[in-house]
Amino acid sequence: MRIPFPFSAIVGQDEMKRALLIAAVDARIGGVMVFGDRGTGKSTAVRALAALLPPLEKGVPVPFVDLPLGATEDRVVGALDLERALGAGEKAFEPGLLAKADRGFLYIDEINLLEDHIVDLLLDVAASGENVVEREGLSVRHPARFVLVGSGNPEEGELRPQLLDRFGLSVEVRTPQDLDSRVEVLRRCDAFERDGAAFAAIWAKEERKALKRIAKAKALLPDVEMPDAVLRRASELCIAVGADGLRGELTLMRASRAQAALDGKKIVTEKHLESVAPLSLRHRLRRNVLDETGSTARIERAMAELFG
Amino acid sequence: MIEDALIAAQLCAVDPELGGMVLRGEGRDAVIEAMRQAMPGGAPFRKIPVHIDDERLLGGLDLAATLAADRPVARKGLLAEADGGLVVVPMAERLDAGIASRIAAVLDTGEVVAERDGMGRRDKARVVFALLDDGVDDERVADVLAERMAFWFDLPRTRSAEPVEAQFTGLTVLRQAQHCDVSDDALQAIAATATTLGVASVRGSLLTLRAAKAAAVLAGRDAVNEDDLVLAIRLVLVPRATQFPELPHETPEPESAPQSSTSETKPLEDVVLDAVRATLPPDMIAAIAENGRRAATAKGRGSGAKLKAQLRGCPVGVRAGVPRGGNRLSLIETLRAAAPWQKLRRLPGDKQVRIRRNDLRIKRFQSRAETTTIFVVDASGSSAAARLAEAKGAVELLLAQAYVKRAQVALIAFRGTTAELLLPPTRSLTRARRALAELPGGGGTPLAAGLNAAREVAFAVKAKDRTPFVVVLTDGRGNIAVDGTADAGAAKRDAETAAKTLSGISGVLIDISARPRDEGRAIAAAMGARFVALPRGDANSLTAAISA
Repeated sequence: MRIPFPFSAIVGQDEMKRALLIAAVDARIGGVMVFGDRGTGKSTAVRALAALLPPLEKGVPVPFVDLPLGATEDRVVGALDLERALGAGEKAFEPGLLAKADRGFLYIDEINLLEDHIVDLLLDVAASGENVVEREGLSVRHPARFVLVGSGNPEEGELRPQLLDRFGLSVEVRTPQDLDSRVEVLRRCDAFERDGAAFAAIWAKEERKALKRIAKAKALLPDVEMPDAVLRRASELCIAVGADGLRGELTLMRASRAQAALDGKKIVTEKHLESVAPLSLRHRLRRNVLDETGSTARIERAMAELFG
Repeated sequence: MIEDALIAAQLCAVDPELGGMVLRGEGRDAVIEAMRQAMPGGAPFRKIPVHIDDERLLGGLDLAATLAADRPVARKGLLAEADGGLVVVPMAERLDAGIASRIAAVLDTGEVVAERDGMGRRDKARVVFALLDDGVDDERVADVLAERMAFWFDLPRTRSAEPVEAQFTGLTVLRQAQHCDVSDDALQAIAATATTLGVASVRGSLLTLRAAKAAAVLAGRDAVNEDDLVLAIRLVLVPRATQFPELPHETPEPESAPQSSTSETKPLEDVVLDAVRATLPPDMIAAIAENGRRAATAKGRGSGAKLKAQLRGCPVGVRAGVPRGGNRLSLIETLRAAAPWQKLRRLPGDKQVRIRRNDLRIKRFQSRAETTTIFVVDASGSSAAARLAEAKGAVELLLAQAYVKRAQVALIAFRGTTAELLLPPTRSLTRARRALAELPGGGGTPLAAGLNAAREVAFAVKAKDRTPFVVVLTDGRGNIAVDGTADAGAAKRDAETAAKTLSGISGVLIDISARPRDEGRAIAAAMGARFVALPRGDANSLTAAISA
């Protein structure tokens, strides 16, 4: 088993890290979509998150399932257990990846290349939290609540708008442009290459801290309150930028609360709201598909106007 | 050039995580042979045909073994079989986008993870690739793959007189490349050079670092020195460069300047860059400038491959049926259908799986009749002054429509003396938008060249079982002949000849001149296309006209 690159050791990419942490704190956020250029460490960051998730119970780690491209439907939803069927003539259900991902994370790299029918199926299950299998004479249903994390490069092909909207948070990653960060990336990758275990050991303290932070935030989350004034702000912001539907407001609210919990605060302030607004709203703006003046800029402008 | 490739072959053997090479041009066999020889004896050697499917690539059910035994028997995929060895991909530019991404994932992790056909497998697969790229024009190896290959070689097209002999066998390397020491200055130099050369992806820098370490190990050193850096930068970074600083390099660059405390000692990155420059043939630097321009307009490659992915259609499940007439058997579903009956069908003592005709299941693919809209935009002086902006507006609106319908678009512009394929067929709106925004105007009107380019793209689209639709935006007043001469008479004849060859393809010609005259109509007639005069300042009514 390869040692994963420590999450805390990823240089920069603060927005992506924030989004992933929020998803780790509140699974109901509805998943994270990471867009970015090639070679920006998208999948490294997502896979690194697995190490930071506080165990469900003692000794039961949070499942983190990596859905490989080319996965077939039977493996995703589950199917008749062929070995037992052929050998013993028994009709048994062999659970698929969705069952494995229950209560955990399901990660799909290059999600825009995944076959449409698999994507549809995933979205349906992600929304309902339940996997219903009706095939080969089997009739099975089992809970499948998971945080869907996708990543992709928009230049490889656009993501369907319906799909995009289903993600709670969306992040855009760029290659770090300043020389110092780029050198730091090289330095850390080199150290990791040389001796993964030693590198992980150096970062173990940071990782433990991050894990504790998530665990604390999770515990704190039910007590976090969002004052009416801040809620009002959130609605104003959604109206100002023209975010479609109520999903934006709900996500914004949940993300703000999770962010407050991560900061160890019981009361959500406008600051928390501001820090999560671009993540929560950027992919929901009613947009002209050709208007490249990014949604991020529009949100920031609206925030500047509203919050001063 | 070929010598560099031979060195690279050895570096790949030292550190397979360099990924391998993209090879264009002649003499590739020698390079592949060198790669084989450099690897440890008995290392597997495989070829991936372009039409390979997931089952063979990643692993799946072994038909014969499964039927013989009475249980599903897995079979390793080709990538897992090639673990520790070399895989050659001929015509890599035609590789299906999905297949390319699966290979990319394997390169990232060094293992094949397959969740298919009723089994989850995880096999080690650290493989070095030789991607043979025979693409013409903008057809290239898919970016996700090319990105992960350390070396890109465009070998000279002319065959060298004597065949190159690789003169090493089975390198014995004493230490592992990753343990090689590298100074902080060297890291700095790589990062700075990457910035100077305009290599945005961090992966480029990481592969450079890896190559430098491998070079040091190959030379028997345990630390990376300047020569290793120069070699790695020349082999890995320079082919990725999108810019190259001008030669008189007197004025210190502000970015790298702070590193030098004394004015005499140049920072390592400058030393390295100068050394790299000294080893490059002069025309190479010019080629890089060209490369950068192309990268800016036609960003992302391998779009031809993306077409193929759709050609197969998306699998929409299975149904009962007999695999013939191009239908493919779904083995796993067939077995599942047969499984419940085995107890009844088996004779006493029989261990074999009994499959009946009505157990057979075939895969269903849904292939949509998809269209590719090819925009041919006149960016010549006569159009540019007045209507280019409007034409762009019209194309944008049409693009938006294409996006909604999930159709593909391609963009050809003609100006000066030639036509250029700015954007090969793609579904990426981001790229289309960029290509359009960067479209410059001015020069003559080589209408014939534009139409010829359109025909080429249209035929390529047709060959991929898609429906081309050509939209020409021009004032119809071609004044440059096919051969590039400014002869109005010849230009007109050439344009009409070119237009006639497009008659089998549906299309529309939009006259964007201020006062539409007969030329446009004549060209449209020759094309057998509809003629629409662009109503001034109203791109919306134009889209209505086209989509009607």
